[in-house]
Amino acid sequence: MAAKPILEKLAVLADAAKYDASCASSGTVKRDSVASKGIGSTEGMGICHSYAPDGRCISLLKILLTNFCIYDCRFCINRASSNVERARFSPQEVVRLTLDFYKRNYIEGLFLSSGIIRSEDYTMEQLVEVARILREEHRFGGYIHLKTIAGADPELIALAGLYADRLSTNVELPTAAGLESFAPEKRPETIRKTMASVRVGTEDAIDAAKSRLIGKAKPPRFAPAGQSTQMIVGADAARDDDILESATSLYSGYRLRRVYYSAYSPIPDASSDLPPVRPPLMREHRLYQADWLLRFYGFERAEIMEGARGGMLDLAIDPKLAWALQRREVFPVDINRAPREMLLRVPGLGTRAVDRIIAARRLGRLRLGDLAKVTATVKKLLPFIVTPDWRPGNLTDSAGLRARFAPPAEQLALAL
Amino acid sequence: MREVILKAPGDFAEWRCAARGLLASGVTPDEVSWRGGVEGASLFGDVGSGAPAGPLSLPRELVEIAERVICHRDPEVPARLYRIVWRGARDRQLLARTTDREVAWLRSADKAIRRDVHKMHAFVRFRRLGEEAGRESFAAWFEPSHRILRLTAPFFQRRFYGMDWAIVTPDARAIWQDETLSYGPGGSKDEVPESDIVEDQWRTYYGAIFNPARVKVDAMRAEMPKKYWKNLPEARDIAPLLAGAEARVERMREAAVSIANPLTDKWRTRVPDELLLDDDVKTLDDLARAVDRCTRCPLHCRATQGVSGEGPADARIMVVGEQPGDQEDLQGRPFVGPAGQVLDAALEEAGIDRSRLFLTNAVKHFKFEPRGKRRLHQNPTTGEIDVCRWWLDKERAFVRPALIVTLGVSALRGVTGKSARIASMRGAVHGLEGGSKLVATIHPSFLLRLPDRERAAEERKAFVADLIRARRLAA
Repeated sequence: MAAKPILEKLAVLADAAKYDASCASSGTVKRDSVASKGIGSTEGMGICHSYAPDGRCISLLKILLTNFCIYDCRFCINRASSNVERARFSPQEVVRLTLDFYKRNYIEGLFLSSGIIRSEDYTMEQLVEVARILREEHRFGGYIHLKTIAGADPELIALAGLYADRLSTNVELPTAAGLESFAPEKRPETIRKTMASVRVGTEDAIDAAKSRLIGKAKPPRFAPAGQSTQMIVGADAARDDDILESATSLYSGYRLRRVYYSAYSPIPDASSDLPPVRPPLMREHRLYQADWLLRFYGFERAEIMEGARGGMLDLAIDPKLAWALQRREVFPVDINRAPREMLLRVPGLGTRAVDRIIAARRLGRLRLGDLAKVTATVKKLLPFIVTPDWRPGNLTDSAGLRARFAPPAEQLALAL
Repeated sequence: MREVILKAPGDFAEWRCAARGLLASGVTPDEVSWRGGVEGASLFGDVGSGAPAGPLSLPRELVEIAERVICHRDPEVPARLYRIVWRGARDRQLLARTTDREVAWLRSADKAIRRDVHKMHAFVRFRRLGEEAGRESFAAWFEPSHRILRLTAPFFQRRFYGMDWAIVTPDARAIWQDETLSYGPGGSKDEVPESDIVEDQWRTYYGAIFNPARVKVDAMRAEMPKKYWKNLPEARDIAPLLAGAEARVERMREAAVSIANPLTDKWRTRVPDELLLDDDVKTLDDLARAVDRCTRCPLHCRATQGVSGEGPADARIMVVGEQPGDQEDLQGRPFVGPAGQVLDAALEEAGIDRSRLFLTNAVKHFKFEPRGKRRLHQNPTTGEIDVCRWWLDKERAFVRPALIVTLGVSALRGVTGKSARIASMRGAVHGLEGGSKLVATIHPSFLLRLPDRERAAEERKAFVADLIRARRLAA
């Protein structure tokens, strides 16, 4: 079999990688190429170098080393039984592409994943080898995100953590039952063990740095941008409640930086037991909002689910508003007196607006007109706040409050 | 009225020099008018003494913002900045007045500059010029919205130290060559190569990474506005990709599911390990594997792994705790977390060698409640303890210890099958079925939770005394 030209391989192996939502290149250590005289830097905040017409950021060269796979996960375009076109890069080819793209300022770095070939360990070795060549032979200082292959030897994970900024192991389906029926070769406990070894690696590196003797060299960092995972939404019967339950458990157990939610979208040569539907993009969006409430707004999962029905988030309004409508007794909130935690619970106020309000109110009482300068949506706040010149009166408890925010129901198109 | 004429618009040093002079001579913002971009004109007109009267005392953040905002193309910027600096020199709290009209303007102008800088970091596209002595050189043409080249060039220097490069904009150029950064006059697009051999690969990548089932053009244009498209090689593919998207998705939907790839069986050389049947558990290692796969109660759903006992199979003493904690769950070994450290210290004091003990727990999976970034320990129910006795009994059968030390009530229940208070069992030696002796004591995590230091020291002493007694009984 003649080797495919690089352009064809790239088309196949980028196409196969696009179902991984993460393209983040943020949150790692500061690094530049001045000392190494090589190429590459990371400065904390990642950069999106382009955007695809699907609205997603292109920050990294996101490709698979190969899309051959011995697993047969039904939701996956690369499952063993799929008739999709197959290709395989050599580690050197990936290194070449990464450097060529990077030097032209197309990308922040590499996000490398792979189908499972031969064994978990062999596959992981290949991924680590690419990162090693980039870092050691080319003094590459850009961002590297490696997929950790669940079940690979912890020694390989430890090695991956030395070269990569971020590691990720995908949960794929939020419940054990879903995984069992859609991904017969994957086991939730294997995935969790791999995540555990990443957390242990990170904590060991931090301990080593803390107990370092003065004058000794700094011990190497371990995956400084942490670890993340992805769950597919809408391929199986899992409800939003199950998804958030799984997410909170993973955040707390393995210190994940991010959980990505990826609306299941039809793939070429799909398995027959999957929904051939449009991807549930709004559901995905609501899950991200709920995730933000968990991480930055002090909400517990159970509170978010107060605004949900049958374990599913409200699609018409955002989860904070849905919660507020169920808990009207805590409103209205006095903008000039309420503690930060309470301001964060006002629908329409984000973390930044809250910080600005707190800074500004130290210097004088805020009136309604002042709020317009710190947030874009004063109208949304009205039923939930009190200022010296505004009281919502009966508005907070009015029966029609939800209708004020929910978009009008779409009229069904009539067939002619 | 004084007039200040700036020679190089966007040059912070020039503006600062003028502003310092004016501030030092107490010129109010209303007494000065600013003009920019007059080539060869005298610099400042009459700005008072001209020489800065000592360091200007301004909040550091305000100086940093001014340094950025001066790059704004709005011709009113030098005057508005002077007004803010004038106020800032008198009011240290100025920037915190987020609802002030002029501060709000400053913030929004700064935001526009920072966004422009960020977009320039993102959207500059280098094209290769050549290579000399192993060092490659590249050039890029870019049209920023504001005069931000000097704000962005250091970023490219930090990032692309190991190659030579030039960025040409209509206002100015930056050149990194022989490890030196220099600036020059503006130029034109023609100075930069028309294409680059790698652009085909980049465009192929751009097309392949696009998911036609999730078209969101507004989201793309919000972050990558059209004004940048003309210098982005991939942007010419946007229209054709969008035009073909719907049809591609339709084809995926309509395509009948094909027959499973016949190579499937060849690739899938492995079957997942079968569950170990209970009868197959012949050694402690088998037991550990079987515990890890245990699904007898729901605790396995969230825990990382089943943590079974550890220690020599002929240990004289078996120590039974409650359940693995956060660290034990991660590492797959008993007593390696904070309570384990308390236990280790107490064992040492009691003269017991940990490596000669068999350490295990009444419940093999970690039970917890997620709370933000932590997992809060939860006590196992008697039901969970009783179900897990299956494994504890097997461990006892393998090890056949002369003596069992139970730590806490859960361990006591796990070993005896009955609930009892520690106090009622403590201090005496109990016999167990199968001939082992039992010493019941507290769990070391109890010591960690005691806020009163005196009480904690007392309890710790009693705990060590229990361990010493256990050592003597097992000897």
